[in-house]
Amino acid sequence: MLDIFKVRLKAGRETVAFPDGPPRFPDRFRGRPVLDPTQCSAGCSACAEACPTEAIDQPGLPAMRLDLGRCLFCAACIDVCPTGGVAFTRDHRLAMRKREELWATGDVPKLAEALDTRLRRLFGRSLRLRQVSAAGCNGCEAELNASGNIQFDLSRFGIQFVASPRHADGIVVTGPISENMKLALQKTWEAVPEPRLVVAVGACAISGGPFRGSPVVANGCGDLVPVDLWIPGCPPHPITLIDGFLRLLGRLEGDDAGRLAGSVAPEAARPAPGTSGPSSRR
Amino acid sequence: MASLDLLETYNGDAVDAAAVPQHPISDFRDVIFESLQAGGRLVSLFGRPVDRPGGPLLLTAVLADDTEGRLGLLSAQVERSFPSITPACPAAQAFERELAEQYGVVPEGHPWLKPLRFEPPRVNASGAGGGPEPRPTIPAGYDFFQMSGEEVHEVAVGPVHAGIIEPGHFRFQCHGEKVFHLEIALGYQHRGAERLLEAGAGPRTSAVAESIAGDTAVGHMLAYCTALEQLSGREAPPRATALRGVALELERLANHVGDLGMLAGDVGFLPTASYLGARRADYLNSLAELCGNRFGRSLVVPGGVRFDLTREAAVKLAERVETAWKATRAAASLFFESASVRARTDGTGALSADAARQLGLVGPAARACGLTRDVRRDHPYGIYRFAHIPVVNAETGDVFARAWVRFLESERSADFVSEQLRALPAGPVRVPCEPAAPGRLVVSMVEGWRGEIAHVAVTGEGGRFIRYKVKDPSFHNWMGLAAAMRGEQISDFPLCNKSFNLSYCGHDL
Repeated sequence: MLDIFKVRLKAGRETVAFPDGPPRFPDRFRGRPVLDPTQCSAGCSACAEACPTEAIDQPGLPAMRLDLGRCLFCAACIDVCPTGGVAFTRDHRLAMRKREELWATGDVPKLAEALDTRLRRLFGRSLRLRQVSAAGCNGCEAELNASGNIQFDLSRFGIQFVASPRHADGIVVTGPISENMKLALQKTWEAVPEPRLVVAVGACAISGGPFRGSPVVANGCGDLVPVDLWIPGCPPHPITLIDGFLRLLGRLEGDDAGRLAGSVAPEAARPAPGTSGPSSRR
Repeated sequence: MASLDLLETYNGDAVDAAAVPQHPISDFRDVIFESLQAGGRLVSLFGRPVDRPGGPLLLTAVLADDTEGRLGLLSAQVERSFPSITPACPAAQAFERELAEQYGVVPEGHPWLKPLRFEPPRVNASGAGGGPEPRPTIPAGYDFFQMSGEEVHEVAVGPVHAGIIEPGHFRFQCHGEKVFHLEIALGYQHRGAERLLEAGAGPRTSAVAESIAGDTAVGHMLAYCTALEQLSGREAPPRATALRGVALELERLANHVGDLGMLAGDVGFLPTASYLGARRADYLNSLAELCGNRFGRSLVVPGGVRFDLTREAAVKLAERVETAWKATRAAASLFFESASVRARTDGTGALSADAARQLGLVGPAARACGLTRDVRRDHPYGIYRFAHIPVVNAETGDVFARAWVRFLESERSADFVSEQLRALPAGPVRVPCEPAAPGRLVVSMVEGWRGEIAHVAVTGEGGRFIRYKVKDPSFHNWMGLAAAMRGEQISDFPLCNKSFNLSYCGHDL
């Protein structure tokens, strides 16, 4: 028993400062991407060709855009980009209310709008969610689990995952939705009493992710259930998840620059010299 | 292993695919049985059409001689059916069910010929899935083993679980609290990963390989990249292999430590549950320091690793892992030293060494039963050829043993990470990876945190994959969990389940 107290004393406070203070991320953390087609050399589409999920549209053109719903934040694009036309910031705020809002252009952060007053009154201080993994690889599931640990402590906001759809106010969907999970997803959603929310977490649940186009998956849950919140990532960081939930509930509002991680020197986040260039040691 | 019967190879060595000896099916079986008798092990068994889809099927088996560090390959052609090897080699049970489901060939005499993952057949053959057309649906079309008798009852769990867990269906045959039989029906997670990999090496296949099991992104990606590199006659530079080893051990640490915390949660021992949840994050964040992603995604690339560390950053990371391990050990010790915990873990879900051997268990689950198998030692690859990690063992095969093995392994991994980070070899971290050569076959094995990951790639014309076989350690170990539950209380299932913590998507692919 004394040992338990000793370990407790040593551990101190573990819960992160966010959302009252800025979150802390490693230097190489990749958040919201920034596109600057003015930097692109004419005719270059290296980023789009290297992208595993074809997330980049019209590379090098003024209308260049990137689908956060497909993006795996994998650095394959910045790895091959010769000019810096595409880069990643450490802005963790990625969640959106509408699928089409997930198209990123330029360097403009978009922020998810809150639910309407009625739903905020219902869910704002107590939100119970049921998680449905439908062919998720256990990456998004792991980060959803982590958001409940003592560091991120999602329950301090009154948000909890429950063991039955009957106890839930909504579902959180992960995975590209395999054929073999379609029915279970549908039934779980139907079992949640109305009004109910649907949150799609991760590139797979939004677009199919790397499994897009496989004949045995549905390319995400958008055509099967009405999605209220899309949280991109592969997987999304727990801070990104919490930010999305709180914005949905209207408990985080506005462009809160004070809640952003400081930027780091771009050098620290860059991949090692690629195979195309001289492979010198940095 | 007689050299004439088998093509001898080593982990990560590409061979001429046409040089794999083809036997009549009876000899094929005999060679496998002889090899098992001599202490060998079935690593993989898969099929591919000989010339055209729907035609004869070429079976290929990969056998391992763990004491000698050798692998043996052999093949046999079959038509509509073949005599099952499962009765004499239970470790083949899932492989043969997979063959039946994918190609419609029937392993005659298979004692448990049920759908494996409800995967659409690869060929247009009736009878795929081992049953009549139409194809069985999940799980209603699954013929569960049933017990009958007074007060016998059945408990069904899943596919959607109470927590944040991947989907699977568990069917318990119980008398009161006592579980007589547990049957696990999987397939909900089937995404067609092998088929996507077979579409050819490119940016997308890398993303698929990293997503075979998201909690083993580094392990599977390492197996995939090693296979690609060997097929193109390249090797990752020394600095990259060291960083790959660091990432693989950090992945092991994160999962083992996280699971020890979850085990503590399952027995209601909250101090360790809380602390280890947070300590797990230390290892995940260390991976993110390396590559920006907490699961080590996008670090390993064909030809090396994508990110390098400066000397200062490497030392800082080493110190960070050392500090995290000290705190981890303190929190985990509370768990192992608490009488109330030991009352729940000791003797629970025990599996004998013999059962583990027969079922072909791998990884910590096997080592907890006294089997000393570890790919890092037995079939070393990459950094493990130069830096050895002692293999950890326990004897009792119960929940305690699995937890204890994972704790001790974590300690070895933490030591390894800090040693490697303080002495990284100089040089580049990436070399260009050429396209794969045609007509080659490579077996690429990695000791992931759950155990042996085995990828087998076969290239055809133009170096394209004609078959890419993935085996996650869970493929063997799910049956181990079912066996471990026999005679246990149903209330101990979460504990037993977590002590194995198997992958659903790694199994379902």
